[in-house]
Amino acid sequence: MNDSVIELDRVVRDHGNPPVRAVDHVSLSVAPGEFAAIVGPSGSGKSSLLNIIGTLDRPTSGRARVDGRDVGAMSDAALSALRAYRIGFVFQQFHLALGVSAVDNVPDGLLYTGTPRAERRRRAVASLTRVGLAGRLHHKPDQLSGGERQRVAIARAIVSDPALLLADEPTGNLDQRSGAGVMELLQELNEMGTTVMMITHDVRLAERIPRRISMRDGQIVADDREVTV
Amino acid sequence: MSHGERTHARRSRLLYPDVYRVGAAGLRARPTRVILSALGIAIGIAAMIAVVGISTSSRARLNDQLAALGTNLLTTQPGTSIDGQDTTLPADSPGKVGLIGKVTKVGAVATLRSVDVYRSRLIDPNNTSGIDVRAADLDLLGLLGGRLREGTWLTKVTANYPTVVLGGIAADRLGIVSPGSQIWLGDTQFTVIGILGALPLAPDLDSSALIGEAYATARFDWDGKPTTLYERSADADVGAVRDLLPRTVNPENPENVDVSRPSDALAAKNAADLTFTGLLVGLGSVALLVGGIGVANTMVISVLERRHEIGLRRSLGATRGHIRIQFLAEALLLSALGGVVGAAVGFGAVAVFARVNGWPIAVPPAIFAAGIGATLLIGAVAGLYPAIRAARTPPTASLNA
Repeated sequence: MNDSVIELDRVVRDHGNPPVRAVDHVSLSVAPGEFAAIVGPSGSGKSSLLNIIGTLDRPTSGRARVDGRDVGAMSDAALSALRAYRIGFVFQQFHLALGVSAVDNVPDGLLYTGTPRAERRRRAVASLTRVGLAGRLHHKPDQLSGGERQRVAIARAIVSDPALLLADEPTGNLDQRSGAGVMELLQELNEMGTTVMMITHDVRLAERIPRRISMRDGQIVADDREVTV
Repeated sequence: MSHGERTHARRSRLLYPDVYRVGAAGLRARPTRVILSALGIAIGIAAMIAVVGISTSSRARLNDQLAALGTNLLTTQPGTSIDGQDTTLPADSPGKVGLIGKVTKVGAVATLRSVDVYRSRLIDPNNTSGIDVRAADLDLLGLLGGRLREGTWLTKVTANYPTVVLGGIAADRLGIVSPGSQIWLGDTQFTVIGILGALPLAPDLDSSALIGEAYATARFDWDGKPTTLYERSADADVGAVRDLLPRTVNPENPENVDVSRPSDALAAKNAADLTFTGLLVGLGSVALLVGGIGVANTMVISVLERRHEIGLRRSLGATRGHIRIQFLAEALLLSALGGVVGAAVGFGAVAVFARVNGWPIAVPPAIFAAGIGATLLIGAVAGLYPAIRAARTPPTASLNA
C-alpha cells in the first residue's frame, strides 16, 4: 500500500468553534494512475476532503499521506514545495489572471519552482498545445469561451508535470458540451499517467469515471469501482 | 519511493526577477488605485525636494553673489552719542581710513539732507519720492562692485557740473529709463548721465541720486563730512580693520562710530529664509506620512480583495514567505513610483522657480537619495502589516467552501 499517491487513515477535519465536523474518519487509498470522482450533496465534505488531499489544509486528527509523505508532519515550506512540484489544481471558477493572455497565465504553474521565465514560457506553449489551445496562445480570458478558459487553467495545472491533478467541480461553470470536452481532456491526461481526482455534482459525468467515491455528512458512504477489462 | 526523495530535495523557489514581476503585475491590475495612492507619496516628496531645492538654489545664488561682491567690505557710519545726539563723521575720515595699512580701497558718500530731487520743477515739492540726494566719491562704484545699467559713472570732470547718476530704484521712481534726461535737483536742472544696477552691499544707494562731491560743495555748501564710509581690505584683515576703524575715524569718541559688514546682513537674511524652509520641510514630511498611510490602506484593502489570488498562489506552491514578499514588493514599488514621480516634479518645480528668478539650479544629490530612501522606508513600513496579513490567508481560500 506504500505505492499509493493518496493514503488517508481515519482523517477528521473540524471547522470553526464550536467545531463542525466536515470530514469524519475518512480512510481512503488512491493508487497512481487512478481516475476518481468524489460525489455527494452540498455540505457533504467533498471540498474539505479535497483541501486535505491537496495539502492546502491539515487533518484535525488521523493521518494523511500524499505522494508518500505525511502531510501532518510537514512544514509550510515543505507542503508548498509538494504543491509546486507534485500537485496540480483546477478550480470551478478558473482563477485566471484577467487581462493577461493564455501564454502568460499558464507559466504561473511553474512560478514557484524557480524555473527561469524563458523556460516557463516554453513549457507553457507545450502545455497549451497539449490541451488543444495552440491556436489561442495570445488570447486573454475575456476573449475565450468558458470551456477554453478551463483548458487554460488545466494547462497551468499540468505545466509542472504533477503526479496528482485535483479538480474541484471543473465543469460546474460550463455548459454541457464544454463540460464534456474538459472531461475528455482530463481522461486523456489520466490515460497518459496522471492521477486525477475530481469533485463533481454531475451524475452523468461521474458515471464515466472509473471510480466514484460518494460522501455524505463527512463520511464515505460508497466507493464504487468499475471493473476494468 | 524515488518520487518522495526527489520531492524532498526540491523546494519552493521564487526567483528575484519574479518577485519584481508579481509585484508589478499586482499594481498593473489596478491602475487607478495605484495612481491615487502613489500620488500621496509623490506630493510629499515633490514638496520636500522643491522646498529644499529652492532654498539651496537661493543659497547658491547668495554664495555666487557674495563671491562676486566679496565679504571684505566694511561700512562705517556715524552713530549716536551717549547722550542721544546724532553724531557726524569728521570730514577727513576717508583720508585717515586710507592711511590704515591694511585698507586697500576707501570710498564715501554724504547724504545732502536739505536737497530733494524731482522729475521736473513742476512737481509738488512735498512729493520727494523718498529719494536721497548724495554726494559720491569717484571711487565708490568700483569699491562696491557696482555696475551701470545705463550710461556712465561720475568722472573728475562731470563731478563739477550738474550731472547725476541714479540708483536703480530712484530711476524707476522718477520714470527715467535712459541717460540724457533732465531732472530737477535742489534748485537746478541736472542731466542724468547714468543709471546704476542693484547694489546688494549698499542697498540704500539704490534709492539715491548721486552727484559729484565738487558740485555738492560748490552749489549746496556741502561741509565735506561723509555719512557713510566704505572700505575694503584683504579677507584675512577684516577683523583687525574692523577694530581699528572707530578709533581711526573718531579718536576722541570711538563709541560714536558704527561699523557693519553688509555681507553679514545678506547671510542673516538667508538664515531667516532657512528657518522658514525647515517649517516647509516639516509640512512636506507630514504629506509624506499621510501618503504612507494611503499606501498601507490600499494594501490592506488589496489583501482583503485578493484572497482568491492568494489561495491560488498557495495552491501553485507559494510559501507564506513568497506571499509576504509579493505584497511587500508591491508596496515598495507603489511608494517608489510615487517617490520617483515626486522627485521629478519637485526638481521640475525648482528648475522653473530658479529659471524665473535667474538663480542657479542647485539641488543636492543627497536630497534625492534621502527622498527615495524615505519612500522605500515608508513603503516597507506601510507594506509590512498587509504583507503579514496576506501571508496568513489560508491556502484554502482559493476553493469554494
